[in-house]
Amino acid sequence: MMEWLDYEMLRLIWWALLGVLLIGFTLTDGFDLGVASILPFVGRNDDERRMAINAIAPTWEGNQVWFILGGGAIFAAWPYIYAVSFSGFYLAMFVVLASLILRPVGFKYRSKKTDPKWRSRWDWALFVGGFVPSLVFGVAVGNVLLGIPFHINSDMRSFYEGSFFGLFTPFSLLCGLLSVAMIVLHGAAYLTIKVEHGVVHDRAKTYGTWAGLAAIVLFALGGLMVAFTNMGYRIEGAVDPLGPSNPLRAETVQAAGAWLANYSAHPWMIIAPVLGFGGAVLALIGIRGKKEWPAFAGSSLAATGIISTVGLSMFPFILPSSIDPRSSLTVWNASSSEHTLGIMLFVTIVLLPIVLIYTSWAFKVMFGRVTAQDVKTNPDFY
Amino acid sequence: MDPTVVDLSRLQFALTALYHFLFVPLTLGLSFMLVIMESVYVMTNRPIWRSITRFWAKLFGINFVLGVATGLTMEFQFGTNWAYFSHYVGDIFGAPLAIEGLMAFFLEATFVGLMFFGWDRLSKLGHLFVTFMVALGTNLSALWILVANGWMQHPTGSVFNPDTMRMEVSDFGAVLMNPVAQAKFVHTVSAGYVIAAVFVLGISSFYMLRGRFPGFAKRSMVVASAFGLAASLSVVVLGDESGYALTDNQKMKLAAIEAEWHTEPAPAGITLVGLPNMKEQKTDYAVKIPYVLGLIGTRSLDGQVTGMSELVLQAQERIEHGIVAYDALEKLKANSDDTAARSAFETHRNDLGYALLLKRYMEDPRQATPEDIRLAAWDTVPNVPLMFWSFRLMAGIGFAMIALFATAFILCSMRKHTSARWFWKLAVFALPFPWIAAELGWVVAEMGRQPWAIDGVLPTFLGPSSLTPAMILTTIIGFTALYGTLAVIEVRLMLAAIKHGPVEDHADLATERAQEPQLQVTA
Repeated sequence: MMEWLDYEMLRLIWWALLGVLLIGFTLTDGFDLGVASILPFVGRNDDERRMAINAIAPTWEGNQVWFILGGGAIFAAWPYIYAVSFSGFYLAMFVVLASLILRPVGFKYRSKKTDPKWRSRWDWALFVGGFVPSLVFGVAVGNVLLGIPFHINSDMRSFYEGSFFGLFTPFSLLCGLLSVAMIVLHGAAYLTIKVEHGVVHDRAKTYGTWAGLAAIVLFALGGLMVAFTNMGYRIEGAVDPLGPSNPLRAETVQAAGAWLANYSAHPWMIIAPVLGFGGAVLALIGIRGKKEWPAFAGSSLAATGIISTVGLSMFPFILPSSIDPRSSLTVWNASSSEHTLGIMLFVTIVLLPIVLIYTSWAFKVMFGRVTAQDVKTNPDFY
Repeated sequence: MDPTVVDLSRLQFALTALYHFLFVPLTLGLSFMLVIMESVYVMTNRPIWRSITRFWAKLFGINFVLGVATGLTMEFQFGTNWAYFSHYVGDIFGAPLAIEGLMAFFLEATFVGLMFFGWDRLSKLGHLFVTFMVALGTNLSALWILVANGWMQHPTGSVFNPDTMRMEVSDFGAVLMNPVAQAKFVHTVSAGYVIAAVFVLGISSFYMLRGRFPGFAKRSMVVASAFGLAASLSVVVLGDESGYALTDNQKMKLAAIEAEWHTEPAPAGITLVGLPNMKEQKTDYAVKIPYVLGLIGTRSLDGQVTGMSELVLQAQERIEHGIVAYDALEKLKANSDDTAARSAFETHRNDLGYALLLKRYMEDPRQATPEDIRLAAWDTVPNVPLMFWSFRLMAGIGFAMIALFATAFILCSMRKHTSARWFWKLAVFALPFPWIAAELGWVVAEMGRQPWAIDGVLPTFLGPSSLTPAMILTTIIGFTALYGTLAVIEVRLMLAAIKHGPVEDHADLATERAQEPQLQVTA
């Protein structure tokens, strides 16, 4: 085995891969969620809505796997995170799953009947399947930044002491809205690429513009709240990055402003928020200037930057505990064993490129704009 | 743990998993049948085979999306409802789930889009390749989830680490090559193939009965008969392989299935039917066939199949060793440098799980009296009547399926399938049975593992998240309402699609009629 690839390095790599997964999900399924979130508004009649639906229908299912893989990979590489977060956010998780369940059936079943009521109901189901998860993901991230009310006992059993409605604080709602704005921007940018010029295209541009502006404002506001409210955690004393994954072996304290400490220690990290703002600006310029591919690149960069900002600000924390900071889960205490991380890294290095190759091929096969004519004549369209 | 939380968590898992598995096996089998049908189209170039493929693909799609939708719940439910389980075994159990996502879900989900939308954009061979990838992906997904499940049944390649308070991988190869997982995989996918074959055979027979689309229906029947015969034979043969794997690896499950209360002299007889009596530990009105169990279970004349009473005695001993391990673990928690405790732990760590069985009765297993230990040891016996009957129903349906497909195959070979009205009725009647067998198979597999979540390692009642009954009840009601609504919609759409039939392209049907002038079918 390579010398440098020790437990510490494996944990760092898997922390980065956690980011890759989240970003991969946002960049691909993000535009499906975004399109669904504006579906009832970009399309005002059946044909228009079908243009939007068929712009994403052939590829959305593959994109969704990023979400499922996220679940599996967190389970395999960060079992504490998987256990504590999903059981803690229990009802929120149910809301997300129930909304996401509407998507596969919505896409497929909507077209099975021509009854306008039937179709309109599925349109709103698809809207829920896009908007609600986008909002809740953001709210969840907001709560993670604030710290989650859980503690771990000596058997490593976790206890969550918050409530469902307690998840909705001003800061977490702001994060939720930022998430929606970011995803709608991305979805709108994708639609401008995938549908022919016309009324749907124009509306996508309008919604994209507003979403882009909102993303910039909300991201800035979020940053100010992180800086000027009592937010952040810090590990006290020595940390053993090679030690066993046992959360109770380090001292952690709540420390106002600690989420900004990484930027003074490692100034290069400022790239992430810059990318967040820069990407959103590029997307806006692209959308307004009829440069559709740069707009999509911009919304992709914006999402990458915003997600990376959260990860880098919190490093090495992944799930800080607000009621018992000692239970906080970090890169150094919440991972799988060295053996498992090594095997999973090998598997990922072998399989992920293959996935990317055939996914690109699938997008290539389906390349091109959906036209109003296609929607009327193609028997395979939803 | 609050027993209500345990029961509700189990109920939710059972409901969502059994519901999920209504859709999965049809996907597993029908995807490969689509490959066969489309291959015939590519080879013969006859448009009717294109229509056949497209029609069954349409039904495949209606079913597939619910498999995906309900699969979402499964992927996250370990974390939401079984947090302690997830912590305890995530190091091993998470890996196959993640690999399933990378290797299987991406494959099937990416290619399924092309399968439905790529007819005009791909060459014939290209589209066939895409269909094959969907089939490969769905079946690979079954492989990985059964590696995970097989590990729960027979946890190889792992040890408990006292520093992290969880099971960790020691030999990933052993987890992969787990004999239980291998046997389960082939048995489960074959069951899926049978379900798909019955689905195609039954619906085709329905068309024959109504005198609709005979050219389409009889061709579909031929594919279903051949595929179904091979599948139904392999499901029973490989199910037997599963049973053989139990002999070594899950003795208690085998003993419960066979209601073998005490070890019998080899070769043991098999109890065909009877009424297992949990209280008196015997089977009333048992009808026994001599030698058969010994022959199946050990594939020898002198191998013994251990009975439940003897297994309980072994469990009792393991609980006693487990208490030593538990005591050492508590000392290590207080001081991880305690070398005496560490060596005591290492001697007995394989029995730690057995001490945890006592946690049903007390907080600290070290306080256990001999009576407590005896009780906990008897807890290792699953619900015998349930196992006994579920297995017999499942196996009975399995054999009936062989008979069904053997008949179908003979009829097709003799070209009688186009006139055998009685058989069409039988095939329609057979439709629900393979699903019942598949669900019962999961009952046998999962209830037979009780009281363990991970056999010998983690009792089920320690696995749930720290939730309140009200929260779990909320999601049970939510899932039931959502799944119930979707089930109604799905069945209606399926029936509507079947009623509508394979008509989308008039040219195909015209060709079909031209090809079948001699066919006489009365409605």
